[in-house]
This record gives sequence, C-alpha cells and structure tokens, in this order.
Amino acid sequence: MNSSGATTSSATSGPSDTVAPRRNSKRPKYSKFTQQELPACKPILTPGWVITAFTLIGIIFIPIGVASLLASRDVVEIVYQYETECIPPNARNNKLGYIQDPTTNKNCIATLTVPKRMEAPVYVYYQLDNFYQNHRRYVKSRSDTQLRSPTNENDTSACDPEDNTANGSPIVPCGLIAWSLFNDTYAFSRNNTTLNVNSKGIAWKSDRNAKFGSDVFPKNFQNGALIGGAKLDPRKPLSEQENLIVWMRTAALPTFRKLYGRIQDDLEANEKLSVQIANNYNTYSFGGKKKLVLSTTSWLGGKNDFLGIAYITVGGLCFFLATVFFVVYLFKPRPLGDPSYLSWNRNPAGH
Amino acid sequence: MTSGQPLLFSQNASDSLSLDAPPPLKRGSFSCLCRTGSVSSSHVSSTFSDLDDAQSHFVDAKNESLSRRKLSWDVASIGERDLGRNLYESECTFPTTRFQSAESQFFQHVLSECHSQPAQSVSAFSGHHMEHDKSSDLLSRSALEISSGPSMYIPTDTASSSRREKLNHQRTRRKSWANEDILSSEENARFIHINDPRRTNDKYEFTGNEIRTSKYTVITFLPKNLFIQFHRVAYIYFLVIAALNQLPPLAVFGRTVSLFPLLFVLFVTAIKDGYEDWRRHRSDRKENNREAKVLQGARFYSKEWKKIRVGEILKIHADETIPCDMVLLRSSDPSGIAYVQTMNLDGESNLKTRYARQETASTDYESEHVTGLIRCEQPNRNIYEFTANMEFGGQRIPLGQSNIVLRGCQLKNTDWIIGVVVYAGQETKAMLNSAISPSKRSKLEGYMNRETLWLSVFLFVMCAVVAFGMGLWLERHMDRLDTLPFYRRKYFTKGQENGKRYNYYGLPLEIFFSFLSSVIVFQIMIPISLYISMELVRLGQSYFMIGDTRMYDCSSDSRFQCRSLNINEDLGQIRYVFCDKTGTLTENKMEFRKASIHGQNYGNSSYLADQQMQDTSEGRPGKGGIADTISRQRWKPKTVVKVDPELVALLHKELVGEERIAAHEFFLTLAACNTVIPIKTGKRLSTDLSFGEFYEEPVVIDYQGESPDEQALVCAASAYGYTLMERTSGHIVIDIHGEEQRLDVLGLHEFDSVRKRMSVVVRFPDDSVKVLVKGADSSIFNILAEVTDQREDQSTGIRCATQNHLNEYSLQGLRTLVLASRDLSEMELEEWFQSYQEASTSLTERSAKLRQTASLIECNLNLLGATGIEDRLQDGVPEAIESLRQAGIKVWVLTGDKQETAISIGLSCKLLTHHMQQIIINGSSEEECKNLLADAKANYGIKPQGCRSKNSKWKKNIDSDQTEVENPNDYVTPGSTFPKTGLHLRYSFDTEDLPEQYGAKVASTMNQQLALIIDGNSLVYILEKDLQPELFDLAVSCRVVLCCRVAPLQKAGVVDLIKSRTNDMTLAIGDGANDVSMIQMADVGVGICGQEGRQAVMASDFAMGQFRFLKRLLLVHGHWNYQRVGYLVLYNFYRNAVFVMMLFWYILCTAFSTTSALTDWSSVFYSVIYTSVPTIVVGILDKDLSHRTLLRYPKLYGAGHRQESYNMRLFWLTMIDTLWQSLVLFYVPLFAYRNSTIDIWSMGSLWTIAVVVLVNVHLAMDIQRWILITHIALWGSIVITYICLVVLDSIPDFPNYWTIYHLALFPTYWLNILLITVLALLPRFLLKVLQQMFWPSDIQIARENEILKRRHLGVKSDEATSSRQWGAQW
Repeated sequence: MNSSGATTSSATSGPSDTVAPRRNSKRPKYSKFTQQELPACKPILTPGWVITAFTLIGIIFIPIGVASLLASRDVVEIVYQYETECIPPNARNNKLGYIQDPTTNKNCIATLTVPKRMEAPVYVYYQLDNFYQNHRRYVKSRSDTQLRSPTNENDTSACDPEDNTANGSPIVPCGLIAWSLFNDTYAFSRNNTTLNVNSKGIAWKSDRNAKFGSDVFPKNFQNGALIGGAKLDPRKPLSEQENLIVWMRTAALPTFRKLYGRIQDDLEANEKLSVQIANNYNTYSFGGKKKLVLSTTSWLGGKNDFLGIAYITVGGLCFFLATVFFVVYLFKPRPLGDPSYLSWNRNPAGH
Repeated sequence: MTSGQPLLFSQNASDSLSLDAPPPLKRGSFSCLCRTGSVSSSHVSSTFSDLDDAQSHFVDAKNESLSRRKLSWDVASIGERDLGRNLYESECTFPTTRFQSAESQFFQHVLSECHSQPAQSVSAFSGHHMEHDKSSDLLSRSALEISSGPSMYIPTDTASSSRREKLNHQRTRRKSWANEDILSSEENARFIHINDPRRTNDKYEFTGNEIRTSKYTVITFLPKNLFIQFHRVAYIYFLVIAALNQLPPLAVFGRTVSLFPLLFVLFVTAIKDGYEDWRRHRSDRKENNREAKVLQGARFYSKEWKKIRVGEILKIHADETIPCDMVLLRSSDPSGIAYVQTMNLDGESNLKTRYARQETASTDYESEHVTGLIRCEQPNRNIYEFTANMEFGGQRIPLGQSNIVLRGCQLKNTDWIIGVVVYAGQETKAMLNSAISPSKRSKLEGYMNRETLWLSVFLFVMCAVVAFGMGLWLERHMDRLDTLPFYRRKYFTKGQENGKRYNYYGLPLEIFFSFLSSVIVFQIMIPISLYISMELVRLGQSYFMIGDTRMYDCSSDSRFQCRSLNINEDLGQIRYVFCDKTGTLTENKMEFRKASIHGQNYGNSSYLADQQMQDTSEGRPGKGGIADTISRQRWKPKTVVKVDPELVALLHKELVGEERIAAHEFFLTLAACNTVIPIKTGKRLSTDLSFGEFYEEPVVIDYQGESPDEQALVCAASAYGYTLMERTSGHIVIDIHGEEQRLDVLGLHEFDSVRKRMSVVVRFPDDSVKVLVKGADSSIFNILAEVTDQREDQSTGIRCATQNHLNEYSLQGLRTLVLASRDLSEMELEEWFQSYQEASTSLTERSAKLRQTASLIECNLNLLGATGIEDRLQDGVPEAIESLRQAGIKVWVLTGDKQETAISIGLSCKLLTHHMQQIIINGSSEEECKNLLADAKANYGIKPQGCRSKNSKWKKNIDSDQTEVENPNDYVTPGSTFPKTGLHLRYSFDTEDLPEQYGAKVASTMNQQLALIIDGNSLVYILEKDLQPELFDLAVSCRVVLCCRVAPLQKAGVVDLIKSRTNDMTLAIGDGANDVSMIQMADVGVGICGQEGRQAVMASDFAMGQFRFLKRLLLVHGHWNYQRVGYLVLYNFYRNAVFVMMLFWYILCTAFSTTSALTDWSSVFYSVIYTSVPTIVVGILDKDLSHRTLLRYPKLYGAGHRQESYNMRLFWLTMIDTLWQSLVLFYVPLFAYRNSTIDIWSMGSLWTIAVVVLVNVHLAMDIQRWILITHIALWGSIVITYICLVVLDSIPDFPNYWTIYHLALFPTYWLNILLITVLALLPRFLLKVLQQMFWPSDIQIARENEILKRRHLGVKSDEATSSRQWGAQW
C-alpha cells in the first residue's frame, strides 16, 4: 500500500517535472514554412507539357516571324557607297592626301534611282564602316556635365586628349567624340528641284531637352592644329546642334548608320535623285567606307530580315520537335513514375 | 565520465596484483608474470612483442631482476620519511610483499622494472634519493620513477613507437629527474595566499576576473575588422581588381563604381560583425557587473565580478553562479559538502559533490583572520583535474578536483559556501574551454575550387585573346594612331607640348594594360559572389534544419544544432558513418537487470513476474513476506527498480551460509562502493482513504552521481533493501532492511580508466574493516585470491559460473561489473592508510600514487558476484541503421566496450545479421594480425591466395551465432517493426551450406554479407604498421565493421584509415569526450547531446538529441542540401560566365578596347542585385522530393554518392550551354540591329535586360518547387532590374540618359528579348526532355511517382497501399 502511495506521488511529481522545462522549451515552432511544406507547384515534364510547350512556341513564333519578314520586305532602301566614287579618279591613288588637303574641292554629284515608291518620310542616313565609335578611349572621351550646363564648362577631365586649348581654356564641347563630328553634307534634288531634307528633330527629344543645354554654346571648338571634323556654329546652343547630338549618341558597332535628315516628300519608283555630296570626312586614314542611305521604315524599323527568318526558323523547329516527341511518346512511351526504371531495379547487382 | 566506459585504451590484461607470500624461487620468475597474467586473461590478449620491446630497454635491470634474491619494493610506499626507515627495513626483510600494479602496458613496463629491481640496485638508487627525500617532503622516489607516466599515457596510448622513444629518453634522464622535477613543480606552481589578494597578485600577474569575449573596441573595430575580413581570398581579389581599376590606363569602370561591390560586402560584413560584437560587449558587461560577496576585513561585502582578484575569499549562496574558479573552504554543511550543477561547463544536469577539507571547514572566516598558502598548477583547460595543496593552520592539505568549484557552475542544495579564488577571468577553466571547433571545408567546395581553376583558365584565355587582338590591331594601325579619330595617341591642342603622348605607353605595355583591363571587365568570371551566396544559402538551410520539428528531442529538450556552417551539403554524400555505441546507439540510461551472486544467476526468468507480484502485494498490505518488506520501507528511491523475488527471498534469510553472506556483501558493495550522493526530498504525511489509516509516505531519495551505472546500481541495492541514505567524506549510512548502519569510510579509490575498478575501505560498526571493490571483469579476475586447496572446487566453480554468467550478460548486451571484497587486517590497514595519506596529499602525480596505493589493498579478493546493467538502445536505432544501410552508407561502430557486448549490440540494432560472415581479428602481435588479415582476405576472395594459417582465429560464425547468441531479435526494442524490403531479403540467402572452397568466386556476392570485428588491440598493430592497406582492403569489402575496445585516438585513426584512402565522405557520431578526436577527424562530426557532457557537442559540426535523427539529417536534409548547393554552384558559374562571355564577344567588336556596352552600374549590379536573390532563395527553398519519399526509399540517397548534382560532366555541359547562350545573347541583337542607328547604351540596355531575363528563366526552368517566395524572388528580380534601369536612365548626367524609354517603344526590343530567351534555352530544354524521357534518374522517377500519384489518387490513405507496392518492387 505504501508503495502504491509512493508510485502515485512519483507519478504526480513526474508531470510537474516535465512541465517546468516545457515552459521555455526549445521545441521549434511548427509552421508549414519552417517545415518546408508550403503548398507548392511542382512542375514535371510530362509528355503533354512538352508537346504543348513546343507547339505553343511554334504557334506564337511563326506568325511573328511572318509579320516581321513582311514588314522588312516592305521597306525600300537605297544605299550608295561613295567614299571612292566621290574622289576624282586622278586622286584615287592618294585618297588620304586628297581629303587632308584643305584646298581641294570635295564636292561630287551622284545619281540615285528609286527602285520602288517610297512614302514620306524617307529617312536619310549616313553609314560608316570600320569606325570604332565604341572604342573605349572614344566612348569615354566626353563630358556630359559640360554639355548640360555652362557652369560646368571647366569639367573636362574626362575629355582627354581634346580637353583644353593650348592656353588652358576649355573646349566646349570637349572630347574626341565631338571633335570627330561627321561633316559630309548631302543636298538632294529631283528633276532639278531641290528636295528639302529636314534635319530638325533627328535627335532624341530627351537629348535635346535635358542633355544638351540650351544655354551652352560651342567654345574654342576645332581651333587646334588638327581638325577632326565639322565645325559648329558658336551662336547656336548645343541643344539645337542636332547633328552633334546624333553623333554624340555613339554607335554600338563599328558599322553604324546615323540619321542625317528626313525627306518629307514621297519618292516615286524609277525617279532619279541627284545628290551633291560634300565629301569632307576623313575615313581614309582607317580605311572606312561611307554610304548614303535612303530608307523608309516599317513598324519594325529598317530593312532587316533577320528577326523574321529567326522567328520562323525557331517556330518551325519547335513544331518539328513537337511532332517528333508526339511520335516518340506514341510509340515508345515511358510510364511516368514507373519504379521498374529505377537504377537498382534495372540492374540489381550493381549496388 | 562513466565508470563502465574507459576513456582511454588500456591494456588491462596484465593487471595483476598479488600480495601473497610465494617462495623465492617463484618470485624469481616474477618479471614474466605480466606474460602469464596476460595469457590467463580471458578476453584480451597481451601484446607480447611490445612488451618485449619495451623491456629490452631495461635489459640490465631485467637481468638482475632474474637473479633469485630480489626485492620488489612497493612503488606506492611513497614517503620513506613518514613511514620511517623502519618500515623500509621491514619491507626489505619481509620479502613476501610483492605486488604489481600495472596501470597500462606502458606502466607495467616501467613498473615491472622497478618492482623487480634487486635490492642492491634499489638501495643504491634510493640512496641517491634519500637525501633528496629529506629535503623535499613531498616527493618520493617512486613518484619520480613514474612521474611521466600519466602525462605520457594520455597522448601516446596508441603510439607505442613514440612511447618507446620516450622510454629511452626517460632512461637517460632518470638520474637528473629528481631535481628537475622539484624545480619544475616549484616554478610551475601558482602561489595563492588565502585572503591576501595583495600579496598574491603582487608578484605574479594573475588576470583579474573581468572577462572579454568581444573582439573589438570602438577604436580597434575598423582596422581589426578589416584585417580579419581581408583574410578571405575573395576580398583580396575584389581589392586587387578595384585597385587596378584606379590606375589611369586601366580605368575601365568609374572609380567609385569599381569600389562599390567591395565596399558593399565589407560594409555588410562589418555591420554584422559589429552587431555581434556589440551583443558580446553587452553580455560581457552584464557578466562582469554581477555581484558576489567578498570578504573584506571581517565581513562579506558585495563586489562586482570584474573586481574580484585571485586570493580573495568569496561567499556564494544557493542558486548563485560561481564567478571564478575557487577552492572550497567551507560550506553550510558541517561536513563541508557542497553540490554544484555543472550544466554550463559539461552539460551534465546531475549535481556534483564538492568537498571542503575538514581542516578548513570549521574555521569561521568572518571572525578570525585566516592565512594560508595554496600551491596549485598553472591554469589549464582540463575541467576534470586539479592538483594543488594548501598550507593551512600549519597543516599541509592536499587538494583535488573535488575541492574546487568552477566558474559557470551553480550552487545547488547548499545554503552557502566559502571559497578562495584560485583562477579568475580568462584563466578559469570555463573560459579556457570556450574554444571554437576547427572549421572544415565541404567536399563540394573543394570540387568547386577545381572548377574555379578552370574558370580562371577561361578567364586567362579570354584576356589573352583580347590582349593579343589589341596588339595586332595596334600593329596594323601603328602609323595612323595619331590621327585616328577614335584612337588618339598624342595631344595636338596643347601648344608647346604638341606631340605629348596621351595614354600611350608603347606596344608591349599597351598589350599588358589591355590584358589587365580585360581582367577587370571579366572579373566576375571568378564567381566571388558565389562564396557569399553559399554562406547565405547554408545559413538558410541551417535555419530549416534547426527548425525541423522532427529533429527535436523532447526528452532532453534539445533541438538540432548547426555548429558549423560550411559543410551542409556534405551531409548528402556520406558514405561511411562511424558511430560510438554508448550514449549514441544506446540511451546511456542504465537499468539494473541481472545479478550473479555466488555463482547463482538472478533476474532471469522471474524478471517479468515481479511487477505482478508487486501489484498483488499492494492489494494486501501488511501481510508480510517478500513484498511486504519492500512496501514497508520508509525510504523510496526516486526511480523504481524491478526486483527478482528469488533474490529478495534469499536476502531475508538469516545471515548465515556463504551464499547469504556473499549476497549481503554484494549489496553492501553496491550501496557503498560508489560516489553517488543521496538527496532526500520531502517527507510528508498523507492519508490513504481506501485503507482508512494514516501512514508516513516514504521519503523520496534521488541519487545524484556522475556515472549512470553507479546510479543504477545504488537504486538496485535500494530496491533490494540496502538503501544508501547518507554520504559524507567520512562515513556513509546504509539502511539495511530498515536498520540503519553507519559505516566509516577510511578511504576511497575512485574509478580510473587504468585500473578500471574502484574500491572503498569501510570500517563496520563491529570494528571490522573491509575493502569493497567493484570493477570490470578483466580487472577484477586477475586480483582475486588464489584458490586454496580445501575450497578449490567451490570457488573455482563459482568463478566459472560467474564467468559464464558474465559472458551471457555481455552477449545480451548488458554492461557487466564484477564485485569483490576482502577483510583487511590491522597491519594491512595501517600500511595502506599511511600510504593513502601520503599519496592523497602529494602534489605531483597524485593519481599515479593513489593507483599504487590502491593496489596495496585491491588484491587477494573474494569474488562476490557480477552485475548486468542494461544500456537500452535508443528509439529507432535499428530502423535508422537499416535505412542508412539501404542508402548505401556503411555504418561502422567504434566502441570501447567488450567484443561480446559490441557484437550483441550490433545484432540488436540490426547492424549484424545472422546471415553475415563474421571475420574476427583478435591479433596480439603484428605477425598475428598480418596473418589474420591475410587469411580473411584469402578466404573471402578479397585477395585470393594462400590458405589458413594455424593461429588464425577467424571463425565462420554461422554455427556459433546459434550457440552464443540465442535470439538477438529479442533485444530489439519493442515496436521496432519496419518493412523488410525486397532488397534486404534478396541478399539474405543462406550461407550455411556454402563450401569453403568457393573462395573468390562467391566473394563478390558475399562481400555484401561480411562483417569485420576487430579489437583495439589489433588496431594498435594494424594502424601503426604497414598493415593499414590490408585492413583497408578487408574493411571496405565488409558490410559492417565493428571495432571494440578502441581508444579515442584509435577511433580517429580508423576514421583516418578511410579518409586518407578514399574520396568517400565520412561522418562520425558520438556523445562523449572519447569521441571528440573522431568527430574532429571525420569530414562531418555529429555530436549527440547526451548524458556524457558537452565535449562531443562542442567539437562537432552538428549536434542533435537522438541517433535516429541521423536518418533524417542525412536522407532528407543532406539530400536536399546537396541538391541545392550543387545546383547553386553550377548555376552561379553559368550565370557569371554567360555574362562575361557576352561582354567578351562584344569586346571583339570594339577593336579590343575592353569597352562594355553595359553601363558601369549595371555591370556592378548584375551579380549583386539583378540576379543574386533568386539563386539564394532557390538554394534555400527548392526541393526535389518530399521528405516522405526520401525516407521511404533511402536508396535515393545514392544520388549524392554518384555526385549527380555536381560533377565534371555537368560542369562542362553547363559551360557548353553557357557558350551557346552567350552567343545567342550577343548575336541576336547584333543581327537584329545590324546597319541600324542603334547606340551603344541602347544595345547595352537590351543586353542587360536580356541576360537577366535569360538567367532567371533558365533558373525558373530548373526550379522544382514553386512557392510564393520563389515567384516573388524570380520575377521580382526582373522587375527590379527594370526599375534599376529606369532609374539609371533618368539621370541626365549619364550618357545613357532616357535610353530605356526610347528603346521600349520599339517592338524590335521586345522581339529580341523573346527570341533570345527561347533560342538560348532551347537546347537546354531539349536535353532536359530527352534525358528525362530516355535516361530518367532515380530522383526523376521518384518525383514523378510522388507528384502523379498524389495528383491522381489525391487520397492520403492510398499512400500506404502504393508504398506497399513500391516496397515490394524496390
């Protein structure tokens, strides 16, 4: 009897002992998050999903490809390469000397035929080849603060080697990019009437409004011993020097086009355009090509078949794959989650 | 430390002690006694060759020892001064005294030499020492002889070669030892003047009690933190790159931009470190400002902890924390006992007893000014030892471990104590022990570094290509460099200085600079951010491991701990698990199960009946009989032990007859021979209404002791009517069947791992003196009394019976102890007592001296009986082991236990099965081990050659299994039913009829079924000699390896055996201090927060409450972590490489001028902001299979073994994929914008977005578990990238102003992104589909099964049936 009392007493003291530590127990709090059991989507590549995915890509890509291709085909483009044509045949042996000689007449006239009707606006581009506007030394050689505000005129530290004049006053706009501003000009005429090329609004609006100051005027520009390119009108603020703004948006690749202007008139098929080119810009020292480009645009931009072809190819490939997988699944299916495919069930000896 | 578990390996076979008087002739051969002794030992064979080796160093001594007239002088006859010359003389003239107390093999070598030295040499020798002995009353000759014993003993127990070297060394040094030892002890000692802190601290710079765990102060924070941070190679890399970028010719990025990532990382880390340190400061301050009562003048005043100095006297009250290490002077208990809880120090929750010396316990420290001097050892981190002595009141008092209380402990069950500070602050043992375990590196990280090397090769190649291209380009344009509009070499505008060169350093330097600047641009090719991501990912994984409720142990209230954050993914690749037995596989909660008394076995059949009997007795109280005696006890131990009625009946007989007396002494020994402290709680009256009478409810006695074995034994004794009521340092009170007996304790030899026994000398009320001994069977059987003629039959019969019972017990997995006793004569007592006094007050080598003193009385014993204590298997151990084995993990058990115990535990936890061939290696010499190994290999076709040699002991245990182990399944814990899988059954073919000649042919299949059992003794030879490869060959072809009787360092040696020879990952799991070396050696160390303190946990990488969690840790978390980290690494390689390669292709288009189309900020943000979060989130949260599937099919763990998530093949595939993706990434926009007006920043913007979308969709394609967080992280980063681009493009000062607005207006932009994403990922997707269709991985199939089954059936109950089907198939 006594022992029974003892056992009960120990039994009653038992829980109290175990309750005490439970108050500040270290037991981790249970939640679906901490136990990594949150409801989750667990995708697996079932045949259905695979075939659907491929088909879907095909369905999306092929129409896009076709549309892009059509858009690209709609674009009419005239390209005239003139860096050799524009040099008198007798000077072609020494192009560099010809172009560097300030006394020579660098004008030349070219005639372009419009292959198809070109609806206004017709964009006029110049295209340079082998001109590394993306060269690190070139890209970095500019001062964006100086371009924005006259107060930062002296901020030319990034502009080496075209930062200051010999007497130390800052060049505005400084840097290699501005210095090498493209200076060929084009004058178009059709049937002896001048075609107006509108060079307003060729630069990005944001650049005109915020990046190039309307109160910043060119200073000491192209005053050095070596002239790099176009000169700027010191009376016009930078924000209005759209050629400069376009040029300062350096190109991504060594072959690039830059907008020169817009022809606001429609051009009819087989029309002859005569262009008077002032071939001033020296691309001869690095063997660069110069091209004049007239082009219409589509919703996709200029003439470029790449996207259309690529989309059609990828879409077609996906259709093909969808078919292949369909056939494979049809004839040689692997039941999903079939344990007999497990490695140790396939070759029980290998442990 | 448990008494039953030796901490250290020791060869106890030669432990022999005899105190008889044999004829001189017999003594002549004494030096060989060790041999004979070892031969007679039943379980462990002695190591002959080693012995010979060692002894050969003492050839001279040995030769003389063989001379017939010899004197074995007592090593323990320590002070000649005390005993006087007379005693010494008497010893000389009393040539019958001879004994040998061999603590260890080594010890024995030294001692046997000492013992057997002839009289002449001894006297000559001692003569040398005599003078010295006079000058120093502390040291004795014998102490000198063995003084290096214990210190050598610990580190060299496995390294006998170094032992031998030391032995040589020792021999040469012997003569000069005497003086040196004194000097060193004097020099090394620390002098503490009690209650005189000024004098104490005046000469020596003892540290104050202020502690500092913080690393920094306000001033040192910045430099020190930076210094520590830059220890990481990654940061140095960052720094070098950033520094390079500051050089003008190399300025690829803006100066501040390039510093951003480094500063960001430094800043974040500094904030984290600062915060942690601030918290440490706060806790330090709190700790330092706690108050304690310090004796100043004649009263105790409160003083802050930090101001406490060494030498001061403190008073601590109950439940207060001890502020520093102090020697106990007095306690509220008149006998000077104090109880402390050492939880903070070693994790043991039971109370420990500490004693104040009687000499100091009576002093009133407030009224009288006390002076005294304590000489103690220098601060060390061993919390289990303390050696000091104290001069107090003109007496020299020895102090030991039981006299000090350590910082961090709490005073319990004692009103107050007074003590003197000996170590303070950083010198306290607690602080010295708070070291951090060494960090390990994960294997995957090692592979990762290999691949990083490849990436740096790529980096180098790319940079070289750029530099080479640059050189070519410059060469071609050399003559025009001055005039090129986009490359100017000279200033032209600067007047006088016309022609000054602008940033042009000549062709070679330009090439070099070009190389360096391309390194800067391509810097993230080396995925430095990966290291940071990995740390974060591991942190997150640890959070989930810690938070796993299924790895929480309620019994010890401990959750899983991640102590190391570097090796989470290693858990998924473990191939070998080395596990300790006691406390790891078993609970280390001892239960008294069986007793063999006087050759009679108890507790066998009647075991189950007693509960019933008790029940019936409870119904009818007061009826007398057996049950009545139990119920009438006024005392009740806290834990109830079941009793054997037969034995109870025996105990109620008259105290006559040998059996009865043996039983009496048996339980007396159980009750008395221990260090357990009874703590009585609440005595109260209660009414039992059902019987209508009042009765006194028994006092509940809680036994607090350091060893669970002892607690179990004392409880058992109490259950049989021998209740230990009271224990002080001077006496014990035992309640024997209601009758209290007070026994004076004359001396107590505590358990040590060398002797493997403990003894207590008690004086009974009738003035008779007895020594009661308890110890391991091997250590006791050698010191039993020699059998005299008349009682020969009986006593040998009893011995045989006991021996048989012992074997039986250990086969059942019980831990056995043998009890013996002996009457002491007055003379023996006196001799021993003198020696004991001397030994226990000595300052140096006290434990060794005590050991020798103990051997004076621990001899010539009468066997009383043996006990069998059950160490129950922990819950779920067999299931866990079976799962691990199915997972392809080899489980090795390394235990200090006996071979039989180890085998039986192995059987009960399903490690061994009856179908296994057991190879047992029990070699006692190198040669023997070699033969055994060779035989085993030959027979099992591991290396088919030769036939069995004669002394080979291996046995085919098919038959012996039946005889030795009746039915091991009986010992599996009930409820351990788990489905036997098909695999398990498939391999369990019958090997019984297998002809032996089968040899090599059968071997391949039989390898699965081999079990190797090897003992520590053999390991000594094998691990040290060139037999290692042999053992390795054998061991790896065995399915199970059991190592028994292994020492801690041997455990590490075995781990190293595997670690150094294979690439496989090893995991060691253990709970005790003896597992520390193993835990630190293994690739992954797991500590069990068990009964045996915290050392294992402190040294471990992961700690948990139960062994069975290992299954979940490895199979679930290990698998997940491995998958996650493996994918994380590959993805990060890809993510950075695709970006870098995209930049590379572009640079080829920029005249090799290392221009980046991307803005500086985008380049920097790419790996920091744009793409980092999803990888981390996926690395933490993604999961391929549910834990249920992983646990149900352990074989899925094999994915980690096969390195499926991360390997060379995957790396190269990823790199090829990366190449393709980068080409798509680069060329699609290139062609799409060919001949257009696109500017560099628009292009860069497009590439930025395209690459971010691409890598995120790539990641999305591989995510296996989509939860909300994943969606947010993934799509969120694309959104954030857009936001960043918009913000960056809205700042007019950047050249890229307004780019994104402009760009996004055109459909080309969007079409480009779509095309890039689809085209780049198409091959990868295709490969994935093909692989999953034709070569599905196990994980894939299990995943399909898991998801599809649930989708189609959707009902949980169906899981059972499906699992059953699966189980059959798997």
